[in-house]
Amino acid sequence: MKSRAPRLSARARRIRGGVHPPEHKHLTADRPIRRIDAPEVVILPMRQHAGAPCTPRVKRGDVVAVGTVVGDTEAFVSAPIHSSVSGTVQNVAPHPHPAGGEVLSVFVENDGEYRIDPEVHPLPWEDMGPEEIRKAVRASGMVGLGGAAFPTHVKLAPPEKYPIDTVILNGAECEPFLTADYRIMLEYAEEVVEGLRIIMKAVGAPRGIVAVEDNKPLALRRMAEVARGRDVEVLSLRTRYPQGAEKVLIANLLGREVPSGGLPMHVGVVVNNVGTARALAHYFRTGMPLVERVVTVTGSVVREPANLMVPLGTPFRAALDACGGFTEPPAKLIMGGPMMGLAQYTMEVPVVKGTSGILALSQKETEFEIPLEPVCIRCGRCVEVCPMNLVPTYLAAMAHKEKMEDLERLNVNDCIECGCCAYVCPTKNPLVQLIKAGKAELARRKVLFERRAQEAANRGSGKEGGDGGQ
Amino acid sequence: MEANKFVVSTSPHVRDPISTRWIMCQVIIALTPVTVYSMAIHGIHGFYVLISSVAGALMGELAVQKGRKLPVTLGDCSAALTGLLLALTLPPRVPWWIALVAGLVATVLGKQIFGGLGHNLFNPALVGRAVVFVSWAAHMTAGYAKSARIGIANTATHRLIQKALADAASGASPLAAMKIVYDPSLSYTGPAGVPKLQASTYYKPLLLANPWGCLGEVSALLLILGGIYLVITRIVDWRIPVVYVGTVAALTALTGRDPLFYTLAGGLLIGAIFMATDYTTSPLAPRGRVVYALGLGLVTWLLRFWSNNPEGVMFAILFMNGLVPIIDRYMLPRPYGKRGAEEAGKP
Repeated sequence: MKSRAPRLSARARRIRGGVHPPEHKHLTADRPIRRIDAPEVVILPMRQHAGAPCTPRVKRGDVVAVGTVVGDTEAFVSAPIHSSVSGTVQNVAPHPHPAGGEVLSVFVENDGEYRIDPEVHPLPWEDMGPEEIRKAVRASGMVGLGGAAFPTHVKLAPPEKYPIDTVILNGAECEPFLTADYRIMLEYAEEVVEGLRIIMKAVGAPRGIVAVEDNKPLALRRMAEVARGRDVEVLSLRTRYPQGAEKVLIANLLGREVPSGGLPMHVGVVVNNVGTARALAHYFRTGMPLVERVVTVTGSVVREPANLMVPLGTPFRAALDACGGFTEPPAKLIMGGPMMGLAQYTMEVPVVKGTSGILALSQKETEFEIPLEPVCIRCGRCVEVCPMNLVPTYLAAMAHKEKMEDLERLNVNDCIECGCCAYVCPTKNPLVQLIKAGKAELARRKVLFERRAQEAANRGSGKEGGDGGQ
Repeated sequence: MEANKFVVSTSPHVRDPISTRWIMCQVIIALTPVTVYSMAIHGIHGFYVLISSVAGALMGELAVQKGRKLPVTLGDCSAALTGLLLALTLPPRVPWWIALVAGLVATVLGKQIFGGLGHNLFNPALVGRAVVFVSWAAHMTAGYAKSARIGIANTATHRLIQKALADAASGASPLAAMKIVYDPSLSYTGPAGVPKLQASTYYKPLLLANPWGCLGEVSALLLILGGIYLVITRIVDWRIPVVYVGTVAALTALTGRDPLFYTLAGGLLIGAIFMATDYTTSPLAPRGRVVYALGLGLVTWLLRFWSNNPEGVMFAILFMNGLVPIIDRYMLPRPYGKRGAEEAGKP
């Protein structure tokens, strides 16, 4: 067993693009994670993850406990949803979802007793095989807690032809304002490392890395203390958004490039968030599935910004109330950070598995003029900051003009939508916004094209002659 | 329920505070020392040129935008910067109306006709200068000749150079003088009793106080300081000026001439630092910028030593501006994850 101090080798590696917006992390960095009570009614949307939505497994009037499955599906890329309180199912109905639109949700009336589901019991992962671990992870409803909410058990089940040699725990937390992962690393360092070891066991990886941006020296030190003697490396990263984007992280830490359209497993890597690792360890220790998460509630207009342990399904309003409400009416309410977060139109949306932060911005912070026509002075800043080495200004122009072939030629689908280009643009051109629209339109047209081709083929085979074929 | 209304838009929700106007103002700030110093050396005539050129540029922009009923964008300071840059490339004694025409041409033909900011193919200031350069060649040359008074830059070196020039090439710019000195067919010796003019004689005046040239050529030192400021504030990419000047110096040395003199003399520094780095008319990506700067160096060297003109910076930049779309086509960055298709899929 070797002991390792935080190594700075990663800092030396040439960083890809990126920007360094004002961090604003001081608002909550020193606030310990505070547990808040669940509200009278929790709202559990049946889609809290990437992949197939769940179908409700309870109906109105059913009695549930903490950890009872309320939604599940047979699909592989999906994760079950559990009740975060004990009580009675009040309703199953559509409700506004923080990721947009209305989603079928289970409303559970909280009886305040927090009875625990009888199925919940600790799981000794050290005695379990990889397959058992994966099964247990599937049952826990675990998803990536960094924000993308990709089902964790899928990440832990790479096909055999892609052997995994390294597990990276992402503690970069490069989004401004957010400090949830930082507090987790400080307060639950042991669990984070245990979670990493669970993942390493599940995928059979010999190497584990905890990567932390160098603006969090305390977290780096704490993680290194705990990692000592456990064959886990703690590496320091230069503070630069989007350092925590997994493709960027892998390139900067290991010098490997995830192939275009590919996944980290294609280069032998699995990346998980430190919060996910902590939640996994907590699950195996207690058997309690994912029913709560750490949320940074912050912003210049929040009276007492804080890091909260929030029962899933708590409306944003309740979490904000727990922080003393607002000092002035916010102009924008965001789930996540200011660079990639999703703007909300109502405070009634519930905290879901992917809610890393609730950010309220003032009028002043959200004001900037956006030109009606894309204006580019060709300064090249967007090219310089693009972590994927794309040419955002061309992509935006092509998207604006709906030139789909050019969008594809310029690799629009490699865009990770980090927003660095729009952030730096001196003319305030909505670059990433146009690119996102372009990507969506491209996907839409592809589906349309395929459907038409299919229809044409069907017609061709059904009728003689058809419309000429290809 | 309180009636909270939130703005809903897609991310990012924050922006860097820099703007086009801020960038243009930084360049103007970087040019201020050399401009002020130039006024001190050249006096009121330089000031007339400056005012006329800036006025021409602003009027050109305003006229087109008013005429086309477009929003007026004088506030972004780019037209003012064009006028200032143009003035610094004009001889100090050129008639004011030539400077005015050059300014008008710069923004109208050089910029607005292509659709305004960000759409022009050629550097607007140099388009303005090129037009008056070929239209009123005599005035432009006379503009230099008349300026051949050393004024406040009155040192022993200056007097020596003035004496050596008096005979053969009255009022010649340093580059023109050296063209004569280096030309074997002229076997130049200079006036009797005065030491033969050498490139090295010019070092100090070019660096500190050079009255024989355009308004912006008064001090290489101030131009370099301006360039350092722009590199530090990350307004310009260091690659363009460094590779451009480096290429010229290297090729000049290979030709057997004095590289330091040819770096300091003429329009190379102002061109490399302030003109070739113009965003709109230079390549987007770092790799392309290096290729562009190499081309600039090569063309400048060719024009300086194998054309009739002693200087080649203006046409070199205009020529390379024309190649920028092609450079951009082939010199974009290699996208992440495209490291060879067969490697994809392999761990």
